[in-house]
Amino acid sequence: MASAVAHADTHEHTHYTSTGLENRKVAIWAFIGSECMLFASLISTYLIYKGKSIVGPFPHTPWTSPDGHVFKPILNIPVTSQSTFVLLMSSLAMVLALAAVENRGKPGYVGTVLGNSKLWLAATAALGATFLGYQAFEFTSFVHEGLTIRTNLFGSTFFTLTGFHGAHVTAGVLWLLTLLSIDIKRGLTPKDTLLVDMCALYWHFVDVVWIAIFTLVYLIK
Amino acid sequence: MEDNAHNVDHPHEHPSWKQYKWVALWLTVITVLEVWIYYTSFSQSPLYVPTLLVFSALKFTIVVLFYMHLKYDHKLFRALFTGPLVIAVFTLLALLALFSHQAIKQ
Repeated sequence: MASAVAHADTHEHTHYTSTGLENRKVAIWAFIGSECMLFASLISTYLIYKGKSIVGPFPHTPWTSPDGHVFKPILNIPVTSQSTFVLLMSSLAMVLALAAVENRGKPGYVGTVLGNSKLWLAATAALGATFLGYQAFEFTSFVHEGLTIRTNLFGSTFFTLTGFHGAHVTAGVLWLLTLLSIDIKRGLTPKDTLLVDMCALYWHFVDVVWIAIFTLVYLIK
Repeated sequence: MEDNAHNVDHPHEHPSWKQYKWVALWLTVITVLEVWIYYTSFSQSPLYVPTLLVFSALKFTIVVLFYMHLKYDHKLFRALFTGPLVIAVFTLLALLALFSHQAIKQ
């Protein structure tokens, strides 16, 4: 009886395609594929307009306005390097959260830090929120230094690209907090691996997009 | 069917904690190298941009293969990701070529 209920419960949550693959996992990969196109269009726009701003502030070079005000290069590489490191470490926390759920009850995971999915989910969300804090600091300081989305082509394309990425990180943090609340309420079990796996795939995608943005926007002069 | 499907979904074991730790270490080392060369005279070299692009592609590949488990997952997932990625990269290159061409004509 108990196994019949368990089977029905598994069947209720598992929907396989004709390929034998879980349809939600196929869907998240297709979604990530479409997101590649979105970010490629935003990065293309940034690169096409790179160096074509008529007025400053500029990303890597100083600029003197007609009224004699000197603007230093706007990008703050040390601060962005820290936020990049934070996002990379959040990906490590995410894979550990997935491993903790997937291996719940297995030797080496019971009663250990590695098996604490709540800890790793909370750590990933906290690191994601920290990244957003860095981004808020960066955007605020840019506005104070005279660069807004309407100032020049660099401002328009930069805020659009990094703003879209920040929105994706925000969605990821909300997704992680939802999983964390489920874990606190009823506990995530190996049967819930797919739920965490989908969130993990999305989170790592957000990470790889930032890897591209960090190089193309911040480091290439 | 479900057991079979599950095997197709997870054909191999995922990396261990030690492998994840090494991946994180490599990602950190490459990031430090990227930032370091930004501040050196190498940033004036014609090899600077290609080097950064190689580093970035390396980090991208490491995350996709090990953290997104694409190395261990079903080939359909690989196709669903690499297909649009290749189209996206070609679109990006085509747009850059198109707009640089127009700039030259002007």
